Amino acid sequence: MALPAIEWQRQMSARGPSIQPLVLRDVCLNAGGRVLLDRISLTLTAGARTVVLGPNGAGKSLLLRICHGLIPPSSGTVEWMGPGASEARARQAMVFQRPMLLRRSVIANVDYALAVRRLPRALRTSRAREALEMTGLAPLAERPAGVLSGGEQQRVALARAWALNPEVLFLDEPTANLDPAATRAVEEAIAGIARAGTKIVMTTHDLGQARRLAEEIVFLHNGRLLEQRSAADFFAGPENEAARAFLRGELLW
Amino acid sequence: MGEMTQAVASAVDLVARADPALIEIVRLSLQVSVSAVIVAALIGIPAGAALAVFRFRGRQGLVVTVNALMGLPPVVVGLCVYLLLSRSGPLGDWGLLFTAQAMIIAQTILIAPIVTALTRGVIEDLWVELSEQLRSLGVGGARAMLTLIREARYRLLTAVLAGFGRAIAEVGAVLIVGGNIAHHTRVMTTAIALETSKGELALALGLGIILIVVSLVVNALVYLTGGIARRYAGA
Repeated sequence: MALPAIEWQRQMSARGPSIQPLVLRDVCLNAGGRVLLDRISLTLTAGARTVVLGPNGAGKSLLLRICHGLIPPSSGTVEWMGPGASEARARQAMVFQRPMLLRRSVIANVDYALAVRRLPRALRTSRAREALEMTGLAPLAERPAGVLSGGEQQRVALARAWALNPEVLFLDEPTANLDPAATRAVEEAIAGIARAGTKIVMTTHDLGQARRLAEEIVFLHNGRLLEQRSAADFFAGPENEAARAFLRGELLW
Repeated sequence: MGEMTQAVASAVDLVARADPALIEIVRLSLQVSVSAVIVAALIGIPAGAALAVFRFRGRQGLVVTVNALMGLPPVVVGLCVYLLLSRSGPLGDWGLLFTAQAMIIAQTILIAPIVTALTRGVIEDLWVELSEQLRSLGVGGARAMLTLIREARYRLLTAVLAGFGRAIAEVGAVLIVGGNIAHHTRVMTTAIALETSKGELALALGLGIILIVVSLVVNALVYLTGGIARRYAGA
């Protein structure tokens, strides 16, 4: 039992060699004769919080799932290029649009994810408590996850992902179903996770949220990557006509 | 109408006197069907979950087959088990024919497909809902199966109850393999069939009423415990 504990502490402090960058080359995704993603080449590097922006149906969620390895591309390659790439699977986590919690207590939901990674029980408990503190959920730890509000549930999903101490965290429209107050709480938790050294890659169609959280923008439209620039440059004036229209609120589909 | 009042009267009378023969029959019925349900659940829940989660060659054929087996005619099951267990049959040495165990075996075969097919449906819906999250966490295969069974526990109760309802109500299989021997293999349904053929309609109807009440009570108990547990788990 001693070995995993040492391994965990090592991971906690330094996490070992980085798995980043993530490099996509000519990634296409076709389904039912339709091109959903069209020759996307993209490099995601450690550090900056990346927001994948674009109107509904642009392919943001699909791109995120391909990056996370949940769906294989029809063609092209997705590759973690860092020295720690062999451990890529265990060093990333994802939070979805819906919290997708299990029917058990809040803390048991976090504990489940840690148990899957084979952490010893004592470490799991302290790690889970820490994650709940971090997301402001500690008072709700023993409550059944199913009775929480939507915003609280989404924070449980964040706590569950954060407890895994991922090097990269993917978030797919994490606040799409939430009211403004719950959205703010989730955004604060995301910013906290980023400060602790986790690379954030999230999708949104909410411009305000992109302005608040993004350091880098990846702009998608109709399955194509149109721009990848620093957030400051992007919001100052996108090079692309579709992106300009989107910023003016004229490009909804 | 006269028969009906007489039946109710005889049912009330049997229960009021706590008729020992009646209690013996009710107890054996419950013993046999509850045992069959437990065995069928131990087989059917993992099998149904595996059918829902794993993708393998011939899976669809298996799903269709299990669904079709839900409608197995009890007499046919009884006959097959009879042939297996009869003295000259392949399992004749076990000496199980005309025992309660034989009845449990027959009812298990009858209801295992029901539990399997209903479990498969419930777990498959849940898997569609949760598969991305579970795969993201690195959960697959056997662990996913166990997680989903636990997630679906209250809905699986309904699948098990459907199996129990079928077992407690069927007559063909237990009649053939049990033989309706008094004090030995006589259960409620076979007793009803016997009393009807003897012309004791009131007694038969009385037993019928008790059978319905028993299965109502069992269902109510399971529903209530499930409801309380569900509220506790907040799901």
